[in-house]
Amino acid sequence: MSFDINQIRADFPNLRQEVHGKPLVYLDNAATTHKPQAVIDAVSRFYGEYNANVHRALYQHAAEATEAYEAVRDKVANLINAGDRRSIVFTGGTTESINLVAYAWARKNLGPGDEILVTEMEHHSNLVPWQLVARDTGATLRCIPIKTDGTLDLDDSDKYFTSRTKLVAFTHQSNVFGTINPAKEIIELAHAVGAVTVVDAAQSVPHLPVDVTDLDCDFLAFSGHKMLGPTGVGVLYGKPELLESMSPFFGGGEMIQTVTMEKSTWNELPWKFEAGTPKIAQVIGLGAAIDYLNEIGYEAIGEYEKKLTDYTLERLAAVEGMSIHGQAAKRGPVISFNLADVHPHDLAQFLDMEGVAIRAGHHCAQPIMQRLGVPATSRASMYIYNTSEEIDRLVQSIENTRRFMTGN
Amino acid sequence: MDELRELYQALILDHSQHPHNFKVLDSANRTADGHNPLCGDQITLYMTVENEIIKDISFQGQGCAISKASTSIMTTILKGKTVAEARAIFDKFQHMIKTGEYDSNEMGKLAVLAGVHKYPARVKCAILPWHTVVKSLQTDDNSEIFSTE
Ligand SMILES: Cc1ncc(COP(=O)(O)O)c(C=O)c1O
Repeated sequence: MSFDINQIRADFPNLRQEVHGKPLVYLDNAATTHKPQAVIDAVSRFYGEYNANVHRALYQHAAEATEAYEAVRDKVANLINAGDRRSIVFTGGTTESINLVAYAWARKNLGPGDEILVTEMEHHSNLVPWQLVARDTGATLRCIPIKTDGTLDLDDSDKYFTSRTKLVAFTHQSNVFGTINPAKEIIELAHAVGAVTVVDAAQSVPHLPVDVTDLDCDFLAFSGHKMLGPTGVGVLYGKPELLESMSPFFGGGEMIQTVTMEKSTWNELPWKFEAGTPKIAQVIGLGAAIDYLNEIGYEAIGEYEKKLTDYTLERLAAVEGMSIHGQAAKRGPVISFNLADVHPHDLAQFLDMEGVAIRAGHHCAQPIMQRLGVPATSRASMYIYNTSEEIDRLVQSIENTRRFMTGN
Repeated sequence: MDELRELYQALILDHSQHPHNFKVLDSANRTADGHNPLCGDQITLYMTVENEIIKDISFQGQGCAISKASTSIMTTILKGKTVAEARAIFDKFQHMIKTGEYDSNEMGKLAVLAGVHKYPARVKCAILPWHTVVKSLQTDDNSEIFSTE
């Protein structure tokens, strides 16, 4: 399918909304994306036509629901080239996926003297769980620093990847700088010292083809709501032999095989990690989102987003007093910036009045703010439905605000 | 848009570009940090409190126009007030910021911030310096961090 922006925009009902009397320009896609009608319909068809719990009952709708739910596992496995459907666990989102690894793997396998390696550009959800693991196990948390251009400083990798390194957790694409990290290289460095790798792919799977077999990562996490799908569903990919070796995280229904009053035996992968009634509607919605993305194709998405990102960078750079954070050569459509003498908060408030939704704040990455020496940044993040006309409105609104706030 | 411009016009002209009492206070016997992590507003307040009277007050830090203006105006109002008076003003200010209702005799210059109630996400910005002051007045410890989260 060719990339038809008008057709794509027509598929998203939310893009037809007005805000303060102006057509919405939605540029907070790194936080969450809008949903195409196909996703909304898939969720509402489940509830309206074949709502039932999965895996348990023998009647028609239960079978349909189970089939629809499990079919999405295959779609996800194909999407990230996982080979084995048993390696795909549905969770509540990236945060839950990472915490699952932190509880069910790291707490069981780490101890004093061991090191957990993260990077300075992590989202809090790929940092705080490891701080907690370090606190509980006596392991040490270490960090690969970032350079001023918003890329990782891997020059002295020997310093960070040592025989003590047991787990390396890093973001595939930064939600602040847009930087795409050299995931394969980091994973090779980690494996060379025998460490297990956790990839936070919350910002990459929506934009890039991600291939877990090629990456050879041990765990990888992402969220449905940042890739056109519903909130409340995410994925944990884990190598089957690792997942096999782990004890369950949550106990309850579904994840067991036999239960006596004294003890239980676990269900097979991946259900061992899916206790209780799963996120049925959300998973089905995620399946529709994957279909939608596949129909456009990652290649077309990447090309379109690159053009739009280049255009946005160029237009923003021409604004007086503008500093843009991050100049990575390989980047996604996420741009953080500060405008001299205008606090991000004030800027976002004025932009809202013009119908332009951007984000102002620390983007759940307070260490980056400390590193940049700013209290907060503004962030514009694009997706497949944004246009250069929308970027023009963003820039015009920024100009208007700058003139008003600085008086010149 | 015009309402927002009006609100900012008053704030910016008044205080956020040229904040009053924007300095470190060497004589301070109380300091308190106020932090609004969500937005990155961060202020340090300095106060000299003697015999239950706020003899002097100043601040440093960075924040949005609303938090800066609110802090600046607050320092000009609180200088010379008793601790009890400061608390009473805080209660009325908080009511005004949340509802937009106020008595102009009581609020004086603070009334320029009344429009903030229309922007619920910003109420925290306006109220941060007040929470910080009240918190530090409550405790004998002379160093406090107040966070809105
Ligand atoms: C890089 C990154 N990691 C993790 C997360 C957390 O995702 P979720 O809130 O869906 O669990 C986000 C989302 O903000 C993110 O951008």
